[in-house]
Amino acid sequence: MSGTGLIDGLRQTGSLAWRAIVQLKRNPWELGDYSFQPVLFLLLFVYIFGGAIAGSTDAYLTFMLPGIVVMNMMFVTVYVGHGLNTDLTSGYFDRLRALPVARWAPLAGRITADLVKQGWSIVLLLGLGWLMGFRMDNPIWGLAGMVVLVLIFALAFSWVSVLVGVVARDPEHVQLFGFTALFPITFVSNVFVPVETVPDWLQGVIMANPVSVLTDACRGLLLGGPWLGSALITLVWAAAITAVFAPLSVWALKRRLK
Amino acid sequence: MVESAIVATGLVKQFGSTRAVDGVSLNVAQGQVLGLLGPNGAGKTTTVRMLATLTVPDSGTARVGGFDIVDQAHQVRGLIGLTGQFASVDNRLTGFENLLLIARLLGQPRKESREIARTLLERFELADAADRPVQGYSGGMRRRLDLAASLVGNPRILFLDEPTTGLDPRARRQLWEMIGERVAEGTTVLLTTQYLEEADALADDIMVIDHGRVIASGSPEALKRQIGTRTLEIRPASPDALAATAAIITELAGVAPEQQGGRLSVPAGDSALLPALVRRLDEHGISPAELQLRSASLDEVFLALTGQAPAAEDESGEDEG
Repeated sequence: MSGTGLIDGLRQTGSLAWRAIVQLKRNPWELGDYSFQPVLFLLLFVYIFGGAIAGSTDAYLTFMLPGIVVMNMMFVTVYVGHGLNTDLTSGYFDRLRALPVARWAPLAGRITADLVKQGWSIVLLLGLGWLMGFRMDNPIWGLAGMVVLVLIFALAFSWVSVLVGVVARDPEHVQLFGFTALFPITFVSNVFVPVETVPDWLQGVIMANPVSVLTDACRGLLLGGPWLGSALITLVWAAAITAVFAPLSVWALKRRLK
Repeated sequence: MVESAIVATGLVKQFGSTRAVDGVSLNVAQGQVLGLLGPNGAGKTTTVRMLATLTVPDSGTARVGGFDIVDQAHQVRGLIGLTGQFASVDNRLTGFENLLLIARLLGQPRKESREIARTLLERFELADAADRPVQGYSGGMRRRLDLAASLVGNPRILFLDEPTTGLDPRARRQLWEMIGERVAEGTTVLLTTQYLEEADALADDIMVIDHGRVIASGSPEALKRQIGTRTLEIRPASPDALAATAAIITELAGVAPEQQGGRLSVPAGDSALLPALVRRLDEHGISPAELQLRSASLDEVFLALTGQAPAAEDESGEDEG
């Protein structure tokens, strides 16, 4: 019989992460969301708005690429909640719970799979950016640091998505809620425009937004320039989001499964 | 004495102000099939969910395979298989991948997991569809895969929650056969169903449950006996003979038959009634187009016990797309 210890739990998490990845094969639109949507955004913003915003498409690409990686990371986290809700409403979650597996494995499997999806979209966006002419100024540690920071924040923000996934009535509502909330959160940031160009009162809001802080850190890590301060603030945000939303999600999940 | 596979005492589960399960006790001996029969919302599913460790009872205790369902939930999970409306398969995986995943989760090595999956797919006549996503399966195929998924761990105790709801009669019969094979191998089964025919076909014992309470229990035959005697039905070949036939029946049975269309029916407590009737009809030159002596159907049992007719066959509990 399979156990619930740490090693068994990690193995079960691996199997369940495999499941979430294999699902992608049957659901190309989801893969498309990780891939085509950010690619479309990148191409549109750089070639249509780039000249107007930054004076040249090259300058705008350099400015925006780290930001769009962050923005896309936020959107990809929606799929943790979406997948979880699908399992809850279909009854698949019950099948898993009736198996002798670690109680945390189903959730951990989802989140692990999400990190793989996150990695894929980061590689895709940076690769396309490189083809379009983006060059980093920092050595490879900058890139590594950025990827780690984005993944840490993704992990933390996944808990928000888990909560939405638990409380939502059906998967469509998870998506609806996710995108409706994420558009303002990601747009009211410095992802697309330099913060100096918006009204003063809005600048405060923008710089308080963790998306802006993380984007700042990513820009610093890739392009040279200050990053340590914003990276630390990002980590504090990640810790705070986890501290609030992880217990809340687990509580809501237990309530739903009562 | 054989140890019971499932014993529950006074299980209660409350949702808000509703008592979904209100003091259910049951006992299933090893290798037996118990059918929980009741309409939608009777508390069948909640009872099974408690026994399968998916939800904790508010009061009462139960042991499954000798383990307490609350304190030893993990051990219980190692013994049981679960199929039905609330334990589904993954639509976006293939049949093979679904079974493979469960085998892996149960701690089977990669190679063994593949073998288990292939064997089960073969056994449940899904080998041809093994590598197709479940999305494209028919309702019957899905249920078969669902049953196969619950058997990956070779469980001693099987919970089947409305296993054939929404299936056409052919697919239903096929699934019954497959469940029957497991029972023949000694698996203990707790089955919930809204279909009297299903409980009759599969269960050794039946518990009728309504509003969270057990309102009757016993073997299918005992339940039928408890409620009504047999009924004699006759339809004379010629409608003109109806009145004469009714008179003969009244004379023989001591009570006037009920008439429905061209058909007469009368309670037949005495088994001598049928041969006597046949003789008298012959004397009068009346030939019956239909003549039968039948036991009370479980539908009648249910109606008598709960005051309401059971769910109709076409009223499927879930949507089969």
